[in-house]
Amino acid sequence: MLKIKTPKTHRAKRALEKHAPKLVENGKKTLILHGTKTSNVLNSVLTQIYHLKRDSAVKYTKKNENIRPFESGGETSLEFFSLKTDCSLFVFGSHSKKRPNNLVLGRMYDHHVYDLVEVGVENFKPIDSFEYDKKITPRIGSKPFFAFIGEGFESVEELKHLKEVLLDLFRGEVVENLDLAGVDRVFVCTAISSTTVFLTHCALRLKRSGTSVPRMELVEVGPSMDLVVRRHRLPNDSLKKEAMKTASDQPKKKIKNVSSDIVQGKIGKIYIPDQQVGNMPLSNEIKGLKRERREAKKNKVNGDHQSKKRKTDPL
Amino acid sequence: MGAETYQIDLGNLMAFDPSHHFQSIPSAREDLVKECLQKGTELVQAIANALFSLPSTEDPDGPIVHLPQPTTRLPREKHLPKPKPPTKWELFAKAKGIKNRKKDKRVFDEQTGAWKRRHGYDRVNDDKDVPIIEAKLTDEPGEDPFAQRKVEKKKRVEKQEKNRLQNLKQAMKAGALPSHVQLAATALPITGSQKEAPKKASKEELENVAGMAATATASGGKFDKKLPGEKAPKHAGKFRKFLPVVEGKGMGTQEKQQTEKILNQLMAKSSHDILDVNKAVTMFNVKKERQRKKEKDREVFNTSNKLKPKKKSLKKSSKKKN
Repeated sequence: MLKIKTPKTHRAKRALEKHAPKLVENGKKTLILHGTKTSNVLNSVLTQIYHLKRDSAVKYTKKNENIRPFESGGETSLEFFSLKTDCSLFVFGSHSKKRPNNLVLGRMYDHHVYDLVEVGVENFKPIDSFEYDKKITPRIGSKPFFAFIGEGFESVEELKHLKEVLLDLFRGEVVENLDLAGVDRVFVCTAISSTTVFLTHCALRLKRSGTSVPRMELVEVGPSMDLVVRRHRLPNDSLKKEAMKTASDQPKKKIKNVSSDIVQGKIGKIYIPDQQVGNMPLSNEIKGLKRERREAKKNKVNGDHQSKKRKTDPL
Repeated sequence: MGAETYQIDLGNLMAFDPSHHFQSIPSAREDLVKECLQKGTELVQAIANALFSLPSTEDPDGPIVHLPQPTTRLPREKHLPKPKPPTKWELFAKAKGIKNRKKDKRVFDEQTGAWKRRHGYDRVNDDKDVPIIEAKLTDEPGEDPFAQRKVEKKKRVEKQEKNRLQNLKQAMKAGALPSHVQLAATALPITGSQKEAPKKASKEELENVAGMAATATASGGKFDKKLPGEKAPKHAGKFRKFLPVVEGKGMGTQEKQQTEKILNQLMAKSSHDILDVNKAVTMFNVKKERQRKKEKDREVFNTSNKLKPKKKSLKKSSKKKN
């Protein structure tokens, strides 16, 4: 036997609709979690990634014993957390002798692990070690620029993968309209060697250049770190094909009464219903009626108190 | 400046320079950072050149540009929403060519002689408003026509609910259940003459059975493939403890104490309290009983007994030492 369960409140209904698959998706949320052991460096890396993505991230502080993203069976609770928080990106930090300062970046499709990249963090410099004019601090949720430098991002498969994951992790929501006054941050990623990527976060300062395009100046605001690629797992082909489907393949919804013409362009038809004068309700508040009464009153006043009014006139 | 060699994705505000190659990576960290930032500035400038040349509209907050779609293809978060399958009525209406017509919200009610809502509270043709139902020849005496109308109405509502559930089931099969609707199992389907639904096995019971099955190989399940999410069977029973051989601070004296205790009991004058007579008698009795039972079993071979799993505890036989 089945029972139909619907949310009791409108708020719950809205929350459920927010989680449902959509034709045009909203930005991906990020889940940040710890493994059994994390080092001091890793703790601050995770916190600062959370700071960068404050508007669309969930950070868990408890230790997670049974999360091992690369092992079979180790993703079960990760997938559950993803379902619970509606996050489809995750950053998982763990520290061990074999893999010190380990960071696993991964993506989810339909709350199942899609792909994984494991990097080691080296030469980490936190936000507070940078000194700069606080006025140019990037604002939360602003759309970042990306600069990927180096041939490694094209020739080495691991780095190619890492580039895609980093872009997905930090790009935020896909927007149609962008406020040019609101651009204020850049992520600069440089492939130093075939395994190492130097990642830094910079603020943008727009300077006058005399032309309409301002001169860009980068000010390092941190965090900055070296990412050394360790293990990685690509999505399997069928899953990838499934996940790459976009809404643009679908036909657009037809708008009523609007058509396009080659010569005239966009044509809209407007229907105006006939005015029904006979059905209009009449009341005392209609202006036409009011004026009549007022005029009648005026005439009356003029007739009665003419002499009085004249007296007051010269004053 | 080779702006042509950059790959620019304006939708993601991303620029990529695949041709850049470090001649020699600077050893000092500051130099490396400086070089990276310099190159980064070039790339960002290239994005800005493309971005600021887009047609913009003025806004009180600043100029707003319309970004193109991202060219870097990134995976979706969830699958595309699936189309809802047509309901049974929709299929029927299509086959018959029935089209939806708009109905007025307000209808003239002849009973009361007033305009009323079509549905909901204080609606037209409400059963509650009917004061008199005229008797017909076919009416059976002793039957309340008002109650009958109520029952009929209830039946109609139930039927509609059933149809709705059926349609939702179809939608669930197609994976197109509306996001706010859940179909929850209330009970397992009852089949045959069984009156009560079978009891759900508890987690502990399932774990026990799974553990038994997993250790039922010659190697105790050591080389078996593990399913994803399967945990190692829980260790039942006690672990053996060994007292330290070397005398130390705390534990070392324990062994000494243990032996001393036994010796004292043996050497004591009234050594008869080592032997608990009552206990000895019961132990003897139990042993005898068991033997008798064994002999009996051998005579009457019981098949059902053999099929049952022997419940054997992992603990050692519970004979007390003292």
